[in-house]
Amino acid sequence: MKRLPAFLASLLLPLAALHADPTMAPSPLAYTELSDPAQEAKARALMETIRCVVCQGQSIADSDADLAGGMRAVVRARIAAGEKPEDIRAWLISRYGRWISYKPDVEPLTWPLWAAPLVLLMVGGTLAMSVFKRRRS
Amino acid sequence: MTKVRILLWLPLVAFILVLVVVLSGLLKPHDSTIASKVIGRPVLAFTLPSARFKERPRAFTAPGAGKPHLINLFASWCVPCLAESPQLLALKQSGVLIEGLAIRDANENIKAFLERNGDPYDDILRDDTGAVQVALGSSGVPETFVVDSKGIIRLQHIGEIRAEDVPALIEAVRQAQ
Repeated sequence: MKRLPAFLASLLLPLAALHADPTMAPSPLAYTELSDPAQEAKARALMETIRCVVCQGQSIADSDADLAGGMRAVVRARIAAGEKPEDIRAWLISRYGRWISYKPDVEPLTWPLWAAPLVLLMVGGTLAMSVFKRRRS
Repeated sequence: MTKVRILLWLPLVAFILVLVVVLSGLLKPHDSTIASKVIGRPVLAFTLPSARFKERPRAFTAPGAGKPHLINLFASWCVPCLAESPQLLALKQSGVLIEGLAIRDANENIKAFLERNGDPYDDILRDDTGAVQVALGSSGVPETFVVDSKGIIRLQHIGEIRAEDVPALIEAVRQAQ
């Protein structure tokens, strides 16, 4: 008799899983572009550089996760209210941390990233120079 | 001659460096949970519709009038939320104030969900667009925040509350006086 509730629960669980989708329609701004093309372009450019926290390899512009839709709605609403894209990025970073932004800032942590091309170019240049010098002699 | 010898060792050094990087990744896998950065900051003021008292919006701050409490992000469509409901009821039993924040959910579904699984909430507000969820720096449901008596967010619990998490949460609320 004790087993019956557990059995019923095991029957119900797949049902619950089937319904694991929000029961509310997504916010209109999640899937609808802003009417002003210039504003939509700004929103779009920002959304492409914000990481979806559910599908972490995707931007919120690419992701179909509900949370990404919510974030798109927030971005569009704030752009429509006249906020600057970089201010919205800063706000999102203040909520989720720097990892949410795909745009690396110039800061001590990312200096190696910015310096690497220069360093590699210099190493390659000196190597090439020494090789050419050896050939000539 | 010595210069050539150093150059000879360079590939091995480079290989060992790569090995260290790869091994450290193996031994300590990348943790992909994104912790909220709102810890230590006040809960933002939002006006949200209540799921409890039909269509009477109220500000999303300090439901317990300056008492420490939990904000529990949940949804009737969220399976792990089902799993944590006994723990929420246990928390309520021990006198913890719990404010529910229903994410993208409709009143009738919330009602049915609570009738089935028990109702641990002192009040429930509805975040229909997920805007408040984003403002909290939350990356999914369920999630639980500990808010102190001044309305400052003290702790974020990501994922469902398991039985072993309950004492720590009670202690966190007690310390948030």
